[in-house]
Amino acid sequence: MSLIQVRKFATVVEEVFHEGGPVAVKPFKQGACLAVIRNPYAGRYEPNIQPLMKDLEPLGVEMAKRLIAAMGVAPKAIEAYGKGAIVGTAGEIEHGALWHAPGGYGMRDVLGGTKAIVPSTKKVGGAGARLDVPLSHINAAYVRSHFGAMEVGLPDAPRDHEIVFILTMSTGARVHDRAGGLKASEIKGEDGLR
Amino acid sequence: MSAKIRKIIVSVEETQAEMGKPVSPPTRKATAIAVIENPYAGQFVQELKPLMDIGEELGGLLTKRCVEALGIPGGKAESYGKAAIVGENGELEHAAAILHPQMGKPVRAVLEKGAALIPSAKKRGGPGTPIDVPLGHKDAAFVRSHFDAVEVRVADAPRANEILVAIAVTDSGRPLPRVGGLQKHEIKGEDGLR
Repeated sequence: MSLIQVRKFATVVEEVFHEGGPVAVKPFKQGACLAVIRNPYAGRYEPNIQPLMKDLEPLGVEMAKRLIAAMGVAPKAIEAYGKGAIVGTAGEIEHGALWHAPGGYGMRDVLGGTKAIVPSTKKVGGAGARLDVPLSHINAAYVRSHFGAMEVGLPDAPRDHEIVFILTMSTGARVHDRAGGLKASEIKGEDGLR
Repeated sequence: MSAKIRKIIVSVEETQAEMGKPVSPPTRKATAIAVIENPYAGQFVQELKPLMDIGEELGGLLTKRCVEALGIPGGKAESYGKAAIVGENGELEHAAAILHPQMGKPVRAVLEKGAALIPSAKKRGGPGTPIDVPLGHKDAAFVRSHFDAVEVRVADAPRANEILVAIAVTDSGRPLPRVGGLQKHEIKGEDGLR
């Protein structure tokens, strides 16, 4: 039986038209999917926590699918991604680290194989805690125009025995990108960095 | 005058369980937020009709976004609410002009009915200020299972010269309601109250 018990899913999608400069021809979109699950290891020190990691894989895929559906774009329109976790206070930060493999797996599965590392943040926090989840390019981590972050959280989660797992995606460059650096058009796409 | 929109944020929250008890079908709340320029920031203006027109425009736009995010026909919506946060260079009356005189009609057009008052909240605040959007049944304000609220916030809004305008629409009441009162199957839907 799966260790996953979902209390709540949430999606949030932001569509940015401008930030004081020219209105974008194609609005920038970024979104997040959050899943609030019961922490099966809350309230004790459990040496073997890896069974949850395996069980999180289908959740990662489902969250990636929900997020893309909420963003209303094709998977190939996604150019940046990120992930995060907020562990309720009866858990430990190590429980949040279980998301590294299945969160990335879920997005790669849905986006069709990506090369760059998925940037991440995690913390232990109470209900209403906010997390800034980083975003960077899916195939070349150094693409400067795609570095971003999205602040997310839910007023009623995580309760002490819960974990909030998060995936983020965006459709491209910041709305008034002009800080230079490696451009998406210059990606070699071999090593996940450039 | 039409709204100068900087960004639109759409969120959906889906509750699948409470206290380990499944919520079937899950309850779902959608919110749609527009961050707009406040044309009267920093000045006292007597005539606020242009903001009333903006309220009418956003009423239709944001309600459509909510219904789309829920994936339901407008007539299937069950409860609604609205709210605004005025940035620090504006006044509360600007929120009132957007929310009250003209916003309701296009909201009700999208939802096909809406005999009940649309419950509302407003405040002045800075970026990241949360606001609890009240929710009530759209055809009968006294339906007890549908009294609720949904918190919204946008990390970077409202800036001083902006207004954040939110509409919330649900396809359900609270998860596992059991405090009695008027039930939704008992609605007459004539006076907006019962």
